[in-house]
Amino acid sequence: MAWELSAQRPIWSQLVEQIQLRIVTGRYPAGSRLPSVRELAADASVNPNTMQRALSQLEADGLVCSQRTSGRFVTEQEETIMELKKTLAKNLVRDFLTRIEALGYTAKEAAQLLEAEDAAQFRTKEDA
Amino acid sequence: MEPIFQCKNLSKVYPGGRQALANVTLSVEPGHIVGLLGPNGSGKSTLIKLLSGLLTPSSGEVRVAGMVPGVQTKALVSYLPERSYLNDWMTVRDLLSFFEDFYADFDKAKAYDMLQRLQILSDERLRTMSKGTKEKVQLILVMARNARLYLLDEPIGGVDPAARDYILQTILQNYSENATVLLSTHLIADVESVLDEVLFISHGGIALQANVDEIREQKGESVDAFFREVFKC
Repeated sequence: MAWELSAQRPIWSQLVEQIQLRIVTGRYPAGSRLPSVRELAADASVNPNTMQRALSQLEADGLVCSQRTSGRFVTEQEETIMELKKTLAKNLVRDFLTRIEALGYTAKEAAQLLEAEDAAQFRTKEDA
Repeated sequence: MEPIFQCKNLSKVYPGGRQALANVTLSVEPGHIVGLLGPNGSGKSTLIKLLSGLLTPSSGEVRVAGMVPGVQTKALVSYLPERSYLNDWMTVRDLLSFFEDFYADFDKAKAYDMLQRLQILSDERLRTMSKGTKEKVQLILVMARNARLYLLDEPIGGVDPAARDYILQTILQNYSENATVLLSTHLIADVESVLDEVLFISHGGIALQANVDEIREQKGESVDAFFREVFKC
């Protein structure tokens, strides 16, 4: 998963979102050590100060913690990560509902569409 | 923190009467990568040359690390000029020795390492290199110094997009935490993700000094788009 940054929105908040995603999906597992600010900044081709700001935000949110000498770690609290996962999922669903309602579907109809699509994808996978 | 450089009512009038900078007052804290952005002829290079000590002010003052630009500041400032001043009969090896003689903070091993990664041979002469390779060599020489202030005048002007990425990566990886980079360009879209502060310069005056994410937050658009709005012709 590469960093995808748009110049239209503040970069630091996009970095927060993408690191959250990396934690939730287990690319940065609970309790693991994060790369240094400079490594992360170079990898994402962003300014180290911007990366620093993103990490401070994640720290304030309790998702990462810093240990003075040994760097930054992902939280060991699995519950915190699960909670974040739920929040991210909820946001996705909300976003989806807003868009599908704009097309004139109710939430219930949308749910049926989802199930139908899921079944169709399952069949295609079986055929392949 | 003591500013790495500051200008107070700084003006520069060139012989012939053209005013390149008018009453500029600004101050930049260390530890940032600052974009000096402005249309052609707005005074970007003049400001950089005043900071590097190549020009002297017509009035007002300029200070680098608290000092008037001179021998002492040149030891702290690594300057990439818009046009090359290097002798093109020199080989890469010659250039590295040349820089080593001139600057106590030049890290030769680091320079060789960067050159090797680009597969630039030390026996190659500047004269026989492509424009892009020449620019990369010059940037490597400048970034291999452990300076406190890097003044980069149009570092990405003449190179292809892949080389641009390489140059920006080199800048990001080679400046230390307390160092400051001031880079001038009008190719804003290419550099805006590595900047954390911008100076908009227009008709010899500072039009804006701001944090880039604040611009995105407040204007809801990229620094590039905002620049086009501000400097619409």
